[in-house]
Amino acid sequence: MSDRTEFRFAGSGGQGLILAGIILADAAAIYENKNAVQTQSYGPEARGGSSKSEVIISDSPIEYPKATMVDYMVTLTQESFTKYIKDVKDSGIVIADKELVTDFSNARGKLYLVDMVKSAREELGKLLGLNIIALGVLVELSGIVSHESIEQALMKRVPKGFEDYNKKAIEIGFRLAKEIKKQ
Amino acid sequence: MAKNIKLMQGNEAIAEGAVIAGCDFFAGYPITPSSEVAEILSSKLPKIGKVFLQMEDEIAALGAVLGAALGGAKALTATSGPGMSLKQEHIGYASMCEIPCVIINVMRGGPSTGLPTLPAQGDVMQAKWGTHGDHAIIAITPSSVNESLYETIRAFNLAVKYRTPVLILTDEIIGHMREKVVIPDKSDIEIIDVKLPGVPPEKYNPYNYTSGEVTPLAPMGEGYRYHVTGLIHGETGFPSQKTDVIQNAQNWLMDKIYKNIKDIEKFEEFQTEDADILLVAYGSTSRSSRQAIMMARSAGIKAGMFRPITIWPFPDEQISALSKKIKKILVPEMNMGQVIFEVQRNACGSSVYGLNVVNGEPITPDQIYEKIKEISKI
Amino acid sequence: MIKTKFDYNKYLRKNTLPHIWCPGCGDGIILKSLLRAIDKCGYSKDDVVITSGIGCASRLPGYVDFNTIHTTHGRALTFAIGIKMFKPRLKVITISGDGDALAIGGNHFIHAARRNIDITLIVFNNYTYGMTGGQCSPTQPVGSLSTTTPFGSIEPPFDVCNLAQAAGATWVGRSTSYHAVQLEKFMVDALNHTGFSVLDVITNCHISYGRRNKMKSPVEMIKYQKEKAVPARSAENMTPEDLAGRFKTGILFEKAGSPEFCTEYYKKLESIKTK
Repeated sequence: MSDRTEFRFAGSGGQGLILAGIILADAAAIYENKNAVQTQSYGPEARGGSSKSEVIISDSPIEYPKATMVDYMVTLTQESFTKYIKDVKDSGIVIADKELVTDFSNARGKLYLVDMVKSAREELGKLLGLNIIALGVLVELSGIVSHESIEQALMKRVPKGFEDYNKKAIEIGFRLAKEIKKQ
Repeated sequence: MAKNIKLMQGNEAIAEGAVIAGCDFFAGYPITPSSEVAEILSSKLPKIGKVFLQMEDEIAALGAVLGAALGGAKALTATSGPGMSLKQEHIGYASMCEIPCVIINVMRGGPSTGLPTLPAQGDVMQAKWGTHGDHAIIAITPSSVNESLYETIRAFNLAVKYRTPVLILTDEIIGHMREKVVIPDKSDIEIIDVKLPGVPPEKYNPYNYTSGEVTPLAPMGEGYRYHVTGLIHGETGFPSQKTDVIQNAQNWLMDKIYKNIKDIEKFEEFQTEDADILLVAYGSTSRSSRQAIMMARSAGIKAGMFRPITIWPFPDEQISALSKKIKKILVPEMNMGQVIFEVQRNACGSSVYGLNVVNGEPITPDQIYEKIKEISKI
Repeated sequence: MIKTKFDYNKYLRKNTLPHIWCPGCGDGIILKSLLRAIDKCGYSKDDVVITSGIGCASRLPGYVDFNTIHTTHGRALTFAIGIKMFKPRLKVITISGDGDALAIGGNHFIHAARRNIDITLIVFNNYTYGMTGGQCSPTQPVGSLSTTTPFGSIEPPFDVCNLAQAAGATWVGRSTSYHAVQLEKFMVDALNHTGFSVLDVITNCHISYGRRNKMKSPVEMIKYQKEKAVPARSAENMTPEDLAGRFKTGILFEKAGSPEFCTEYYKKLESIKTK
């Protein structure tokens, strides 16, 4: 039980956070032979409104599939920050986008404000790939899977022609996380 | 041999299992949270030359499945909540006419439209009693994505072997979560195929109520011309109102399942040997239960679990035997109390407690652990 | 023309007779026409599947020596679609009453027509639920009496043929149990058609319908069929007033070469394979 690491990707429907969760679970389960369970909020929420995708990773079997003591959470909207932060552990780490989240009145855990949107806009030229940047941040911060594993899992699910774009996105995420670590 | 391991959703695992089992035919109707089964098979089945049909409604979907099954197809449909209610008449027809088929019910909150996107375990009694009249049914409750795949294969086998509809009751959690699945090699698993009868057409009766053997269902169009009717029928398949025929037919529908229960039953026991408290849990709730048992054990409370995998026919014998040595039983369910009645029926003097949480969220290990603590003090 | 006596025994399951139909019922005439038509088409008994729903007409499959499926109320077409799609080489015929095909089974009726699947549907249209005692059916004429319209029906009936055509059926015809020879001819035509064919057969239930509507005997009902039937060609020159209370007979719509569902499905499979 204690070796469970719980990840939560929170944002709004359409930001690709479910896919980010699947890629993380795939990297852990298939490329690193750990146990991983991925779930998501399902329903009208997935098409707008708050949405979340969760991944539990463990070396032992995972029973309860949902996150209740979140170790790592990344949020890409104010609404989802406010709604989903309540399960974050005291020692948990919360990454919020610097532009999109401004109200921290119910914040828990250790909060980092990161320029994910800004980096996407400046370095990718558009917000497509923001989910992959967020994924990169969590992977680098947590060290839960290797860069190689996450890149393999990512490439498996990226449409043809978008490989370099996504590679760039995840590397932005890695870099942003390294900057946090220096703080 | 390198194992073929994939990360997939429960609903995807069902589709994968169906293909491995040799599913020839799927007919369905869109409904949350089971639609992925149809969507995935709409791509997989045509690629291997099989039939996928989206029908005009839930009733038509099972009707088409039964028509195809009479032609010798291994046939499947998948649905949820309201769709399962609509299918009840054809489930009865499949039982009565002894037509093999597999029906997936990805359980969601009810009654009525209920909670389309949220889990529940409210259809367990419906699985057994949903259609009118007496009949036995086989129903299976997998608790993981991996098990969803293997139990789908087993469901097809049981359907063909016992000429019966087999229900798989998963739920929105298992259906939509992704975890590791070990894809089996076809040579490593048993697949029971549809066969022609061992007798020539002129000697073939489509039903057999007396010898105890399940007569193979001859695929239509292969020279075995016979009649199928939802009316009570004799061994020749034609309707009858003779008292002895009626009684034989009714007995047979029960006997062919209950007399073969040893072959149909499947369950798992977890730390029951020294348990003072027994949890009886199935499907996704069994996962929380297992975690709660580990929490209880580290706090010095000896809890264990019996997990039915085949839930119908109900494992009466096992519950009864366990209840002789374990005097406190807890049945956590995502419903207002269903399987608890079966457990009570079999409990030999044990106290049976329910934990019934129906709030759209899976029951958590903490909730179960709290209940275990409470019971341990009684 | 030399006529030899047709041997119905070739197709009847004699051990299931006598049938349940009342003396004078039109269903027997339709059954005999169907057997002659099947014989003319030359199908092997092993290759014919007949599905039916619930009701008097739907008991027909039990009496005939083919692959026969007496299904649930209204759903015969769904079983037919299932077996046809799985084994396209089989000739699939569905027998249904007016209540079975158009009330409880109305959804399947229009969708089978929409798909234009190669199935022949024969509607035994007697304006009533005969087996359950003569309740109002979706084809019952306005003003007529039944056990559930004791003051006269106020519901406009379906025109089976118009509905079938509008929904996409590619062969649509109507005859009656009086016109037994025409009936057989139309059945042959419908069976030979590739696509969804619907034959609306006006038949008589003097017990449940006629008795309540001034046609106590089978003879009166047969006379009704004879007198009210208007060949489609004659109807062209008639006013709506002239046609009131009457019905058109004939092959009312036929469109050869339309994409047939089963064929299209398997064509699609081939195209997927070669990719």
